[in-house]
Amino acid sequence: MNETRTEYRWFFVWDFEKEEEWLNEMAEAGWVLSSVGFCRYTFERCEPGEYTVRLQMLNRDNDYIRFIEDIGGEYIGRMAQWVYFRRRTELGAFELFSDIDSRITHLETIARVLFWIGIGNLLIGIGNSLNRIPFAFINLIAACLLMYGLGRIHGKIDDLKSERRLHE
Amino acid sequence: MPENALTEATYYILLALVQPRHGYGIMQETERLSKGRVHLAAGTLYGALNALCARGWIMPQGSEQEGRRKIYCLSDKGEEVLYGELRRLKELVENGEAVLEGNNDHE
Repeated sequence: MNETRTEYRWFFVWDFEKEEEWLNEMAEAGWVLSSVGFCRYTFERCEPGEYTVRLQMLNRDNDYIRFIEDIGGEYIGRMAQWVYFRRRTELGAFELFSDIDSRITHLETIARVLFWIGIGNLLIGIGNSLNRIPFAFINLIAACLLMYGLGRIHGKIDDLKSERRLHE
Repeated sequence: MPENALTEATYYILLALVQPRHGYGIMQETERLSKGRVHLAAGTLYGALNALCARGWIMPQGSEQEGRRKIYCLSDKGEEVLYGELRRLKELVENGEAVLEGNNDHE
């Protein structure tokens, strides 16, 4: 019988590293992620430290998922644009990005998605406000939040770019 | 043909592909060659492989079958780039040694 447990947690997009850290703390404590949903994380029992969990924003790319499986990773699932992987630690260190360039590329993917969703919310918010549709402010608040997130992601990109002047 | 410096990841991928290998094989060979110092992460490697294929420095080998690991090999162009990089690296090492080890006698 496979024991499972479900946690509900909310992470802002710019905190995806914290989310990953938390998932790995869970794995360290003997609970490895087995499925994901909206703010919902389901874990199953594992040996403490048996797995490393990684997540990444990914547009449709089944080739990539197959590549991860080829190197011994398991695809756990997808929540919107985020995909979750895990791999047994006995296979060695499991990382998705090992140089500054690929970290920047990943952050730029996130920034692009935030930008377009932000613009979408802004336009809908403005349109609804003009037409006096109730709760139009919700879209405007969402747009503000997304633009704030975009700023945070760009801050991370800038940090990496200044690092890249000296290292790769 | 002046080329910009290769990244460490690119250099090791090309080096590993002197013999045809699949993705996991490239990771292992890189770790072996660098005695565990260089670890190629999955996403970094995947992105680099696609970029290298697009440039024609490496190519997928054999027929693509469903469920089979893709095997890559170095192209002639890739080999040329690799030798060019080796020359550049040698120059770096020689200059470093000349300056730091004090055998840069001018007279």
